[in-house]
Amino acid sequence: MSALPLDNLQRASAWGLASGALCHVHRPTDEAGVRRVFELARRHGLSVGFRGGGQSYGDAALNGEALLLDSSGMQRILDWQPENGVITAQPGMTIGQLWRKTLPSGWWPPVTPGTMQPTLGGCAAMNIHGKNHWRVGSFGEHVLAFSALLPTGEMVRCSRAERPELFHGMLGTFGMLGCFLSITLQMKRVQSGAVRVRAFSAGGIEAMLEIVDAHKEEDYVVGWVDCLSGGRTAGRGIVHTARHLLSGEPGSRPLGEETGAHELPATLFGILPRERVWRLLRPLNHRAGWKLINSARYHAGRWRDGHSFTQSLPRFNFLLDYVPHWRRAFLPGGLIQYQCFIPAQKAANAFGELLRRCRERGMPAHLGVLKRHRADEFLFSCNLDGFSLALDFRVSARNRAGLAALAAELDEIVLRAGGRFYFAKDSTLRPHAARAFLGPHALQQLAALKRQCDPGGLLQSNLSRRVLPELHPGGVG
Amino acid sequence: MDEAKPQTLTPPRPLEPRQSAIIVGASSGIGAALARRLAAEGYALGLLARREQHLQRLCAQINTAGAGQALCFLHDVLATADVPALFQKVCVALGGLDLFVYNSGTQYPNDADVFSAENDLHVFRVNLLGAATWLNLAAERFQRAGAGHIVGIGSVAGDRGRRGMPAYTASKAGLHTYLEGWRNRLARHGVAVTTIKPGQVQTALLKNADRERGPIPVEAAADLIWQAIRQRRATAYVPARWALVGWVVRHLPGFIFRRLNI
Repeated sequence: MSALPLDNLQRASAWGLASGALCHVHRPTDEAGVRRVFELARRHGLSVGFRGGGQSYGDAALNGEALLLDSSGMQRILDWQPENGVITAQPGMTIGQLWRKTLPSGWWPPVTPGTMQPTLGGCAAMNIHGKNHWRVGSFGEHVLAFSALLPTGEMVRCSRAERPELFHGMLGTFGMLGCFLSITLQMKRVQSGAVRVRAFSAGGIEAMLEIVDAHKEEDYVVGWVDCLSGGRTAGRGIVHTARHLLSGEPGSRPLGEETGAHELPATLFGILPRERVWRLLRPLNHRAGWKLINSARYHAGRWRDGHSFTQSLPRFNFLLDYVPHWRRAFLPGGLIQYQCFIPAQKAANAFGELLRRCRERGMPAHLGVLKRHRADEFLFSCNLDGFSLALDFRVSARNRAGLAALAAELDEIVLRAGGRFYFAKDSTLRPHAARAFLGPHALQQLAALKRQCDPGGLLQSNLSRRVLPELHPGGVG
Repeated sequence: MDEAKPQTLTPPRPLEPRQSAIIVGASSGIGAALARRLAAEGYALGLLARREQHLQRLCAQINTAGAGQALCFLHDVLATADVPALFQKVCVALGGLDLFVYNSGTQYPNDADVFSAENDLHVFRVNLLGAATWLNLAAERFQRAGAGHIVGIGSVAGDRGRRGMPAYTASKAGLHTYLEGWRNRLARHGVAVTTIKPGQVQTALLKNADRERGPIPVEAAADLIWQAIRQRRATAYVPARWALVGWVVRHLPGFIFRRLNI
């Protein structure tokens, strides 16, 4: 077997910048191009991994020393029906490109992550969710159909009616079965480009869960948790709820051909250029700084408990884009996120225990985000009827080993509570924990689909080799 | 050996990064000692050499010691056509590469009465020409990565042409200059290139020396080489006192050097 020339060898990073890998990066623009990448990999005995917007916090979009198929060359809209809000696009189209296309006609993505950088392919492969998960479900629930190229060379078209097993198998299994070539999505009707947001303060984790559950009639609910406070105020925070404004309501933004009016502003507070704000975060990026920020935020929220305001849809949904490049404030070590899903009845106890354990180990998360979820029917799913807590941790050369050990402890708490994990965020899960939450049935079914769609074991990633080594019995390559 | 059963390492984990190294010429002497030293530092190692038994014993020793992990690959540096595919294979198996060490070297007994082009060509092929394919691959890879470290094991003997071993000294001198060229090319890309110039070390090659001049144990040499790697030195004599010898030897006028018995 001959060696692949190094012309396309590049360093690709995890979104959190805590890890990376050298990969042979290829950017095909169509089906023939994807076929050529598969062929190239086979000829040189290497595997293929997928990368969309590169927004996974951990190693999902990395395939070290092998081929990485970057979907940014496939961003075309293939079909758009503004009358019924059905759009078909190539997998490299981002959520940002999507809403800019559809909002003028009154359609908004049914599920949005906290940033508009992810691609449709990435959202589908990870079956992502948003702040409205308990209401509308995950991204996959709004995918009407998709077409994909399997490593066998077969082009498949899947929907709930056509090859439903593969449909439910490919959405959420992080690119282990095939490469999406088109995704058809049902958009959501909106009458205005704005939401009415209300903020409620919660003095502890139980209060927070109650407030979240009390607002299940809203369109979006998200909780921010101060993970640095302990004792009786452990898990305090602010819950934001939001409802789409109807046309004509005060504060609603008229839809139209121009999306410029909905864009995030160029400056913060009217003076600070958004592109540079991340540099201001650096001096505050330490334990005392976080404590100050979290505390100030909580007390400001408590002072204005229940106040309401309107916000543009992008501004409310894409909070993570508000300060561009903010992850750079965490260099050189980067950051990771630990997100776990806990059944509703056990959530208060489990979250309390997770937060306590982080504090006891001297590594409280600087940011905690809480969301409400519901179960779904996908083969690999983190979703259940309950809550998720996402914890952000700064990574440094000194705390790496401790953080990995802490994550392993947190895994045990989550598993004991019958919880689940989310591969789009993961950097720490070990094979036994992955097996424990997925269960033998899902794993066997994935292995069967893998044998059928990718018998040569062509599709791999750093994530798949790390958490599901048994999926690659032929070894790495 | 590498074909029979697939060798695998535990996959890399984002929070537990590990360094990876390839050592070409790892079965004995300085290469083997450096392998043990790097393993103790937690490196994942791809060890390449000709002699299967030596190599497997070393691998087993490293893998049972527990700190680092090692995979072994049979390779003869004369088989340059195999190198690109092998380089890819080792990098894939290691899951990355941070350090590349070219240690292959051979020597014939020090004898001023032997005239053998065959021997000399063999020395050049192993000590110098064999490095060309490997170093080009490692250099391109590291330049693209904007990081990495190349180490070549030269010799204090390369500082001057010697009457008892013209080919050996010339091959090492060539390697030194070759490495210097790579260093000057790659420095701007964040890649370090280190030339190690061992004096006498207790290895199999020592029997070819005409006399022993306080050779150091191979483990001590490996420690010093590891130090030079850590400090990203350009050139390091091992041990350092040979730097003085090297300086004197380099500056001796030819008419004196010719009369010396070295």
